[in-house]
Amino acid sequence: MQLTEELRLPDRAERLIDAIARALQPGRSYRLMEFCGGHTHALCHFGLLDRLAAPIQMIHGPGCPVCVLPIGRLQQAIDLAVQQRVLLCSYGDLLRVPGRSRQSLLSARSLGADVRVVYGPMDALALAKKHPDREVVFLAVGFETTTPMTAAVVAQAYRESIPNFSVLCNHVLTEAALRALLSSASQSVSSVSIDGFIGPGHVAAIIGTDAFSRIAQTYHKPIVISGFEPIDLLSSLLHLIEQINQDLAQVQNDFARAASPAGNRRAQALIDEVMQVRESFAWRGLGELPYSALKLRSTYQHFDAELRFSLSTDQIPDHRKCRCPDVLRGACVPTDCTLFGTACTPDSPLGSCMVSPEGACAAYYLHRPQRLLRKAHGSSSTSSP
Amino acid sequence: MVRHPLRPLDLKNGRVELAHGSGGRASHQLVDELFTRHFHSSQLAACHDAGILPHVSGRIAVSTDSYVVSPLFFPGGCIGDLAVNGSINDVAMSGAKPLALTVGFILEEGFQLADLDRIAAAIARASQNASVPIISGDTKVVERGKADGVFLSTTCVGVIPEGVHIDPSRARPSDAIIVSGTIGDHGTTILSCREGLSFDCDLESDSAALHEMVSAMLCAAPDLHVLRDPTRGGVSAALHEIAATAQVGMRLWESAVPVHPTVRSACQLLGLDPLHLACEGRLLAICPTDAVEPVLAAMRAHPLGSQAAVIGEVIADFPGFVQLQTAYGGHRLIDWPAGEQLPRIC
Repeated sequence: MQLTEELRLPDRAERLIDAIARALQPGRSYRLMEFCGGHTHALCHFGLLDRLAAPIQMIHGPGCPVCVLPIGRLQQAIDLAVQQRVLLCSYGDLLRVPGRSRQSLLSARSLGADVRVVYGPMDALALAKKHPDREVVFLAVGFETTTPMTAAVVAQAYRESIPNFSVLCNHVLTEAALRALLSSASQSVSSVSIDGFIGPGHVAAIIGTDAFSRIAQTYHKPIVISGFEPIDLLSSLLHLIEQINQDLAQVQNDFARAASPAGNRRAQALIDEVMQVRESFAWRGLGELPYSALKLRSTYQHFDAELRFSLSTDQIPDHRKCRCPDVLRGACVPTDCTLFGTACTPDSPLGSCMVSPEGACAAYYLHRPQRLLRKAHGSSSTSSP
Repeated sequence: MVRHPLRPLDLKNGRVELAHGSGGRASHQLVDELFTRHFHSSQLAACHDAGILPHVSGRIAVSTDSYVVSPLFFPGGCIGDLAVNGSINDVAMSGAKPLALTVGFILEEGFQLADLDRIAAAIARASQNASVPIISGDTKVVERGKADGVFLSTTCVGVIPEGVHIDPSRARPSDAIIVSGTIGDHGTTILSCREGLSFDCDLESDSAALHEMVSAMLCAAPDLHVLRDPTRGGVSAALHEIAATAQVGMRLWESAVPVHPTVRSACQLLGLDPLHLACEGRLLAICPTDAVEPVLAAMRAHPLGSQAAVIGEVIADFPGFVQLQTAYGGHRLIDWPAGEQLPRIC
């Protein structure tokens, strides 16, 4: 806890804010993406966006697992709960995400579906053991941060031959998303100009900081892996700007207290044992991306809810005015969307970015006073954060 | 004491039975052998159906509140003193001098008489400490499983002194927002006791009756605009309510808000905001800038207000919204607390 206190000291923050301002080269702009939704939330929560000088533009990335889950995949879970009457376990964040016709897991529950909020897949497996007469399905989402837990639980279910447990696997890969953002060759994503990345600390703790090297070299973009406290973020921003000034494109580890170059090898081995890369996966906002997500290996297919219930994935379009896809790839900020704060609020979300606390729209709605200016003056004068 | 043709209550190992709420002999025995051991008011002794107040002059303030806190006993208090202090504070927040209390018990069949005895003792102690007598009471018993041990309901009556006009609609731009002490102590204490969330904590609930400090504040500055005790929903909910009623905005300064280090740590750990956590012995005061010094002095001279601080200001912009200048100089909105973050806090 003392460590956290030190990473929140306002004096240290002030010195870093000064250093950042001094590091800026006159006449140039800095378009920096924080990939991870946790970073977006922290920047808004601590009010740090207000303190960054105008040449710095923070672009909020797609690193919010709830936000990038396409509606069709969520609808699979809703249908399982409603039509197949399974006991569906989900992280709380997913409950209010709207599926087809604004139906959600929460609304399904109010109509009698058995939807349970769990803190992780272990809880879901425990429910399966407790209710051997029920089919228990865990709706698994997340980047590499949560994948090892899902893999561990599937492996445990396999060892213990739990017959009534399965996983709807929607785990996605960070590197694929970064590639999609940077690759002009991508069909579905119009490229967004980005000068450098604040890299996701928790993901790096699993996959290792070296895993980001290929991206940094291929696209010549500096990546600074950061923690989630104010001092973490400000230090990483300073280091990122210094790299940009020197035209460097290195992976720098500012989260060494948790992330190592090689990452967590045991977790990696576990993922590799239980899961394999899908040929393709449709991301919300980024579209269909090759080799960008994971599914269970054939050894574990008994636990794959997609196979067990013969699920097909419908392509369900986003609300026609919803700009979540643009927000997710940094092509616009939340306040640019006409639905923001009017038809779409955290209490009644239309798009996924308004649901999760890590979603950029929810972060703006909950924390950014600037959104009120837009409401008061009817303009999008707040479009640059 | 009336002698009952029943065996005496076993206050050590006995349990509440349905008959204790029936209105018959067992009910009277519970009153005589348990409650009257603690409650000595002449009003109760008179055995009227109603408590009768002496003639009072002035506007009357009345507030009623129910208490379902879990757990029933926690560091720094229990449901009993919480129920007494809570209703006294609600009346005090209108600027009134509290005169009398009523208490209703809803007991679950099987509840331990020893615990009921402790709760009754706490109620009596809190009432005596506050010099606000209990003048009427009621007890009901429901079947096992239909309640959770004991629920309490208290009502407090008070009289508002001449010249005092406390009203949430009186919050005006440029008014100062003052808090009487550290925020979120009660909420964090309850959280630390909860099953599944238990963590070591050197904290106690801040449960306390605030009317004497309010009286001192009103002596120092009769033109206080608004008083509010930030209970459920914490400082955030209280300020949102005032902002909506008065159609003003609020701006807080994060570094000025007093937060106990343990509360700060617990909030970081659990992803909570101290501004959303309940207090049971703190108040928010909104007053004109020229009243700030006398009000602060009066608060700091009282033990319950020793850490009183100005934490923000009322603004004209963004009526209905509360924003915070963070410790890092930026701004963020404070949201209404999300529902059911922490049920049964009081």
